[in-house]
Amino acid sequence: MDYAISGSIYTVLVFVCFIGIVWWAYSKKSKASFDEAEMLIFDDEPQQDKRESKVNE
Amino acid sequence: MSEAIQVHPEYNYKVVRQFAVMTVVWGIIGMAVGVLLAAQLYWPALNFDTPWLTFSRLRPLHTNAVIFAFGGCALFATSLYVVQRTSNVRLFSDKLASFTFWGWQLVIVLAVITLPMGLTSSKEYAELEWPIDILITIVWLSYVINFFGTMVIRKVSHIYVANWFFGAFMLTVAVLHIANSMAIPVSLTKSYSIYAGAVDAMIQWWYGHNAVGFFLTAGFLGMMYYFVPKQAGRPVYSYRLSVVHFWALISLYIWAGPHHLHYTALPDWTQSLGMAMSIILFVPSWGGMINGIMTLSGAWHKLRTDPILRFLVVSLSFYGMSTFEGPMMAIKTVNALSHYTDWTIGHVHSGALGWVAMVSIGSIYHLIPVLFDKPKMYSIKLINVHFWLATIGVVLYIVAMWMSGVLQGLMWRAINSDGTLTYSFVESLEASKPFYLVRFIGGVLVVVGMSIMAYNVYKTIRSESEEKAIEPEVQPA
Repeated sequence: MDYAISGSIYTVLVFVCFIGIVWWAYSKKSKASFDEAEMLIFDDEPQQDKRESKVNE
Repeated sequence: MSEAIQVHPEYNYKVVRQFAVMTVVWGIIGMAVGVLLAAQLYWPALNFDTPWLTFSRLRPLHTNAVIFAFGGCALFATSLYVVQRTSNVRLFSDKLASFTFWGWQLVIVLAVITLPMGLTSSKEYAELEWPIDILITIVWLSYVINFFGTMVIRKVSHIYVANWFFGAFMLTVAVLHIANSMAIPVSLTKSYSIYAGAVDAMIQWWYGHNAVGFFLTAGFLGMMYYFVPKQAGRPVYSYRLSVVHFWALISLYIWAGPHHLHYTALPDWTQSLGMAMSIILFVPSWGGMINGIMTLSGAWHKLRTDPILRFLVVSLSFYGMSTFEGPMMAIKTVNALSHYTDWTIGHVHSGALGWVAMVSIGSIYHLIPVLFDKPKMYSIKLINVHFWLATIGVVLYIVAMWMSGVLQGLMWRAINSDGTLTYSFVESLEASKPFYLVRFIGGVLVVVGMSIMAYNVYKTIRSESEEKAIEPEVQPA
């Protein structure tokens, strides 16, 4: 297989992977875990309604 | 440290404190050398006819000091802090952490000694000779093991996005450093790269641009994803966008290197590919920038009262500016005008002083009170003064370089009807001279700002012990 073909296959592969990542990141299934993850940095603080302030904008 | 309410495990703050303080120290030193260089370009006599003080030897010292000493310490401090706080666990190894700190300081000291002596591999941003390169590899390995070791023993299931960026930064930098530093030593202080010709140039800029992409971008984006939401007191605008941002950025950056080699012996298709990838890179860069800035949506009023947040948000504005400018300059026709001129220097400093330094400064201001168990920084007012000095300094610097750069580019390409050059090189130098003074003034403002930061940090650290220990010796005013 010459360089042009292997390069093309690789490019398409990476593109498909990327579309997969976008699809996964924006799927309904991931939402709950991401909502939890974004609050990780506030775990060490006294409880505040940070989520609410974001939702109510 | 007093025993505050411990809802979290006992974190290793010692290494974070060490790196945070050294960030400020190396920041002042590295930037002060930069100011001396700026002064030399305006008053050439300032090299005092001493080889160690010539522009050629101090320039790599300046770049190494600000990138790897100032930027490096900021990255070590923040990454080792963030990985503990978001993994809810103490660092994997305290001994390795100490080794990383002292090893890195040794690397910096060796750079400070060898570069003015003229010992250099002559590879830009990788000038250090082979024994120091080996030391860097060992120290870096200790850092990587400690960081990933901490993630392995983490107490939460999710790996926070900042850690993804930090992880990508340290793995990629390891690969880049080892590949680009491959050399055959001929003595303790001299080696020759194993690469030659156009391949050497390509490897060098594959390294060089990804030093920008991963050391100066991915690592600092990790900083951004922790400290911007934390300081703003609200979660990041879109966590989903941050995931896409991460994968898009790391898969694209690695291809952009050839734009440093337009119109050279590099194959033409490689140049065009590098140009295309650099232009696409605009998309994830702005995605991340918008994600950071929009974190403040609904809380913009905080910018009015919080100069730390202002540092962080303005750093993102400069990030947006320089990641628009970069892809534009990577276009071959634009590059034909901009390359080898001061425009490049302006672009680098809008990224380095505007984005990298400001996001680090904001993060360190956030960190210092937490690390030393104080309620807040000694003076919020002085942070504000620092903010304005830094902002005005950077703007003076980059505007001067843009004007000087475009002027140079136009003068160098101007030809008479008979095909001869309109201007001699020295005429373009003369035209640039006033801008070099403006650049010098901008640089001075930045260093004054950093010195105010050092004072503020010192007073914050000493504030409590002052009441206990230093009180007896009251200074007669």
